[in-house]
Amino acid sequence: MIENLKFQHSFNYAYIDEYTKKEIRRKTLKAVCIPGYQVPYSSPEMPISRGWGTGGLHVTLSLVGPDDVLKIIDQGSDASVNACNLRNFVKEMSNCALTFDTAEATLIQTRHRVPEEILTEKQILVLQVPQPEVLRGVERHEAKTRIMHGEADYAKIWVTLYEAYVRTGGLRSGAGHPMMVNGRYVATPSPIPSWDVPNLSMARCLYLFGAGREKRIHCVPPFTRVEPLEFEDIRFKVEEFAGVRCSVSGQDKAFMDQIYADDLSSSYVVNDSNFLDKLRKGPRPPQRLFTNPE
Amino acid sequence: MGYVAVKGGEDAIGNANKLVDYFRWKGRTKPIELDQARTQMRLAVDRAMGEGSLYAPELAALALLQVEGDTFEAAFHLRAYRATLERRYTSEVIDTREMFVQRRISSTFRDIPGGQILGPTRDYSFRLLNPALLNASLGSIEKFIADLKDEIDPKKLHEMTTYKKVIDIFLKEGLMSRKPREGEDRRVFDVTREAIKFPVPRSAALQMLARADTGALMCMAYSTMRGFGMSHGTVGELRVGDVLVKVVDKRGRTRIIGKIKVTEAEMVGGSGRGQTADSGRAAKRSPAPRYSIGYGLCFGQNETKGICMGMVESALRTPNPDNPANNQEFVLYHTEVIEGYGFTNHLKLPHYVTFQAGMEGARRNARRNAEQGKQVAVSAGVEENND
Repeated sequence: MIENLKFQHSFNYAYIDEYTKKEIRRKTLKAVCIPGYQVPYSSPEMPISRGWGTGGLHVTLSLVGPDDVLKIIDQGSDASVNACNLRNFVKEMSNCALTFDTAEATLIQTRHRVPEEILTEKQILVLQVPQPEVLRGVERHEAKTRIMHGEADYAKIWVTLYEAYVRTGGLRSGAGHPMMVNGRYVATPSPIPSWDVPNLSMARCLYLFGAGREKRIHCVPPFTRVEPLEFEDIRFKVEEFAGVRCSVSGQDKAFMDQIYADDLSSSYVVNDSNFLDKLRKGPRPPQRLFTNPE
Repeated sequence: MGYVAVKGGEDAIGNANKLVDYFRWKGRTKPIELDQARTQMRLAVDRAMGEGSLYAPELAALALLQVEGDTFEAAFHLRAYRATLERRYTSEVIDTREMFVQRRISSTFRDIPGGQILGPTRDYSFRLLNPALLNASLGSIEKFIADLKDEIDPKKLHEMTTYKKVIDIFLKEGLMSRKPREGEDRRVFDVTREAIKFPVPRSAALQMLARADTGALMCMAYSTMRGFGMSHGTVGELRVGDVLVKVVDKRGRTRIIGKIKVTEAEMVGGSGRGQTADSGRAAKRSPAPRYSIGYGLCFGQNETKGICMGMVESALRTPNPDNPANNQEFVLYHTEVIEGYGFTNHLKLPHYVTFQAGMEGARRNARRNAEQGKQVAVSAGVEENND
């Protein structure tokens, strides 16, 4: 028969046991020391699905303390169901404070967006990463991509960029533009829009990238050079949103969501939910804007 | 605005959870008791334990009940629970020669030392739906068991015994060797504590296969014998039964901490030498062993998994880029059940930012190309979307 004991399992603070947290922190420190390098880590199973933010959770839970103020966003929004779910979990397991205010948070976990508002040295941004291997599209074997990184052999990804230019007339479209970190490792910024990539460079905050399913952590430390891959004559560009204004705040110069109505007409809304709230209430929060080269 | 813009996401989650319960109970049938699930859904429990990588029949039964029988979810629940458990001991290597055998067959020889034991198997039953099962009652179950006992003559029962292994025949004749293969990484690795790197040690491959999805392993194994590899493995020995789990305590005493049921498959295959075209002739002449074992072991009675694991293990030891099943990275990453299940299902998460980024890029390119009067194909961002 079952003893009741078996079902009365209590969890360690912040869910993950201390040995594993220590291991994750050690691997995170290694990632900080070697910007852009993917550090393998244990990545134990979590009670949420692989591919739904387990890597971000590992990093967040290994760092969170009762004094932390946590914000979790998904696709720029605090209200997304998965963000709610993860937020409840971390709160329940760590008893940290919660916020929607970007400026107030000490620890922000995000999926596929960097907040518009400038982050400070008191803040850590944890990005969820589905595929940490920036070279996976050009080399399917992990054993080979590790060697390519070791030898800084990035020829294939440059060729890919060139091919995209030949085929489409642009360097590349889509999220997750590859970046050169600190002049050494090419890494993925995670599938954030190009809009966000320049904000990773020489920032005051710490960017940690957790890929749970693939069991890798990489990092962009504060004040580290991040260069989106580009050619001398064909330059990296961010999304333009040319002539577009937010239908709620009337503002421009932010990453926009395009909302389609029943008659298929569309309007735009600022994507970052907290940034939008602030635009509606008062002065525009500080923001770093990238100007596309001519 | 669509589901992406759900405000009050927490309410939505709460309601979704309630609806799950409603759909479980709306038929107003009697709740299935845990022991009923554990005993009468024995093979589902075994599969969940194997893929969940935790030998705990009661917890596996609970998981199956909780998730309404979804094998992926049941295994997932066990894995998530397992990840929170402290490790106090490392067990001694299990000796399947000491197995209390319930079933044991070999297809390499007509007779094997100790004999073939068919045991509990559905292999030779007709797959016809049996409505008589609906009439079963506690009374009929008691009667069935009493009748079965009557059929057994206690005087004819021989002493409980263990069985030698079929591979002993190969070893004795020198057709198989206990020596590790040349250059093979034999370190003991723990896939739950470290991320694997390729080429992986054999221990890591075996651990990953033992935890892999049964269906995915079957797909791989089937491919090796159907067209993407022509290695019709032979069941050297398949045994199902209970083995003791032992640990050595701090004072050096060996302690038995329990017994677990396992399925073990030893698939006889080539030795890995002479399998490539250019070395075929050399291998024939060499006195080296001709056969090797592809090893399969999993929790509970899951013969499909055991056999398929053995075949795939054998395939992995003879790399061949032409066949998916002979490719370590392909097999080990993509048969991992919790990762595959999670990532394929993550497509249900909103991706509108990623998608918008792709659309904006495509539009920008289209605009510029129109300005420059260029005729260039405009690809949407989708193909380059690495999420």
